[in-house]
Amino acid sequence: MSFITGRKFINQEALPHMWCQGCGNGTVLSALARTFEQLKYTNEDTVVVTGIGCWGKADDYLTTNALHVTHGRALPFATGIKAAKPELHVVALMGDGDGTTIGGNHFIHSARRNIDITAIIVNNLNYGMTGGQFSATTPHDAITATTAFGNPERPFDVCALAEAAGANYVARTTIYNGRLLRSSIKDALTKKGFSLVEVISPCPTQFGRRNKINPAVEMLRSLRDKAVTKDVFDKLSAEEKDNHILIGSLVNKDAADFNTRYEEIRSKALQK
Amino acid sequence: MDRTPRLVQGNQAIAAAAIYAGARFFAGYPITPSSEIAEECSKKLPKVGGMYMQMEDEIASVGAMVGAALTGSKAFTATSGPGFSLMQENIGMATIGEVPCVIINVQRSGPSTGLATKPSQSDLMQIKWGRHGDQAIIALAPASVAECFALTVKAFNLAEKFRTPVILAADEIVAHMRENFIEPLPGELEVIDRKKPSGPPAQYRPFEPSEDMVSPLAAYGSEYVFHITSSMCGPEGYSNNDPANATWKIKQLHEKIAMHRDEIVETKTFDADEAQLDILLIAFGGTTRVARAAALKLRQEGVKAGVLQLVTVWPFADLEVLKYGSKAKTVVIPEMNYSGQIADEVKRVLGPAADIRRVNKYNGEVITPQDILQVVKQSN
Ligand SMILES: Cc1ncc(C[n+]2csc(CCOP(=O)(O)OP(=O)(O)O)c2C)c(N)n1
Ligand code: SF4
Repeated sequence: MSFITGRKFINQEALPHMWCQGCGNGTVLSALARTFEQLKYTNEDTVVVTGIGCWGKADDYLTTNALHVTHGRALPFATGIKAAKPELHVVALMGDGDGTTIGGNHFIHSARRNIDITAIIVNNLNYGMTGGQFSATTPHDAITATTAFGNPERPFDVCALAEAAGANYVARTTIYNGRLLRSSIKDALTKKGFSLVEVISPCPTQFGRRNKINPAVEMLRSLRDKAVTKDVFDKLSAEEKDNHILIGSLVNKDAADFNTRYEEIRSKALQK
Repeated sequence: MDRTPRLVQGNQAIAAAAIYAGARFFAGYPITPSSEIAEECSKKLPKVGGMYMQMEDEIASVGAMVGAALTGSKAFTATSGPGFSLMQENIGMATIGEVPCVIINVQRSGPSTGLATKPSQSDLMQIKWGRHGDQAIIALAPASVAECFALTVKAFNLAEKFRTPVILAADEIVAHMRENFIEPLPGELEVIDRKKPSGPPAQYRPFEPSEDMVSPLAAYGSEYVFHITSSMCGPEGYSNNDPANATWKIKQLHEKIAMHRDEIVETKTFDADEAQLDILLIAFGGTTRVARAAALKLRQEGVKAGVLQLVTVWPFADLEVLKYGSKAKTVVIPEMNYSGQIADEVKRVLGPAADIRRVNKYNGEVITPQDILQVVKQSN
């Protein structure tokens, strides 16, 4: 077997990419491109939909069909594509601001609808693109461009949200856990129904700098130390849990997806 | 096929016309007075292999519509008042991405929840300018159930032909009106499909400059791979911030509508062909009928009155307004808004010296022929 690089899915003309040194986005992009190759996806049968943000720029670097939309709305556009042409592989790439803050409503409803889309949310705990303001995943007390004295709000547990809303597949990983990152993306892509991979990723330029987890290697080290699988996580105290990241596949089920259900509606409508 | 006239509601005619025009995808969120369109679509679309999607809001509805349209489907949505406000950002996305799609806006009273569900014609400027960024839009306004049907088909045709969102500016009056109607047979009305690429897939560019300013649009899932973005982009569809490119793109988006204005702009006249008129009523949508009734009354009284109906609201019918307006002593514009959104356009065209009178009603009640006659007779 030849070595899978994912290179054929990377738009070489657009390189070098715009992301900062130490940013996690490149790692996720490369894992995605490699998984496309591994699963023998083609540019023709794949559509990548992105929202607005640093991670939302990812479509510029891919060779597949792509649709770069408005901030927070990648999932509705992706929904229209998948619903109208179910044979396409539809992937939505979103930041935590994009996917779970301004786009939070679409996120839960896409999971509830169980539409066969793979959502990859790169959670860097803040709005990277606009200068590091807080998002719905910024930890309580964290310092951001708009929480100079600490964040008064609590963060979402993005995976728990997707699970509660009905997603068929939910996994969390970090960019430090490369193997888990690739296997989660693969499982998510091959799962029929709504799938979410949440990737905890460093934004050294904005979040790291303000919260004194600098330089970038320090952020990676912190991800390595904090990320634990469920067996370890479950044994932690509530306080310790707050300081750790639960990684691994968290939901894996096979409820009928939206398009399958709609086919049933079509046959019922024809009988009437 | 049944050829006897049936009592059909405006909203039902709109849904039927969309299917006639080839629409197979509807995404929407219910709101009075547009909900019957969603309800009709939920029943009819699955029977013709289409799909009705009820989204979580109107922002998502436009998103899903645009996504479906890019798979090659003819897609549309329908809304009213607050829902139309929510749609604006993604209509802008459809404009810059040059995605054919149709948005039905059954106008209702505002601002905000306003006189919920009551008729109004006050979204004309929002339809034209509601999105940030300078952009041209096409909007048509039906005045009857038959026009609800014909103009919905036309809206899809213009959207497909010019790769642009088109807005059907209906109002509660026509949407909830029931009239005798016979649905046209297949083939009776022209149905236009978008231009598709035919060259080598590797050379396809979704925004290739072309003489008619409209480039072929591929479908996701075909052999043509393409990229569409909400950002300013070059011919290949990737973001491009070069000022020269932005100059080209913005101009092209406006010019493609302007250069085809004769195909887009439709007006109708009633009793307006004499060389001189005492009164010209300029009307659109549901109030056209009232204007026609007022004109008939005036004719009975010996006043030379005629009506110019703006079937196409945007782009504005400058040439037609000038032609008919300049031969009338007085021009009267009834519209269901406070500020005279169309009257101001007429004034722009006819100049400050023209005798332009406004009939405005904005309390949820329909303008009556008496309202018009009262204004006409002031100092006449
Ligand atoms: C409607 C709207 N509101 C605000 C913005 C400004 N904006 C652009 S990107 C962004 C946040 C990006 O953060 P995130 O989604 O977490 O992605 P990241 O940049 O961190 O990858 C914001 C607020 C916008 N483009 N559109
Ligand atoms: S600002 Fe943060 S998220 Fe954006 S590219 Fe830089 S490191 Fe990455």
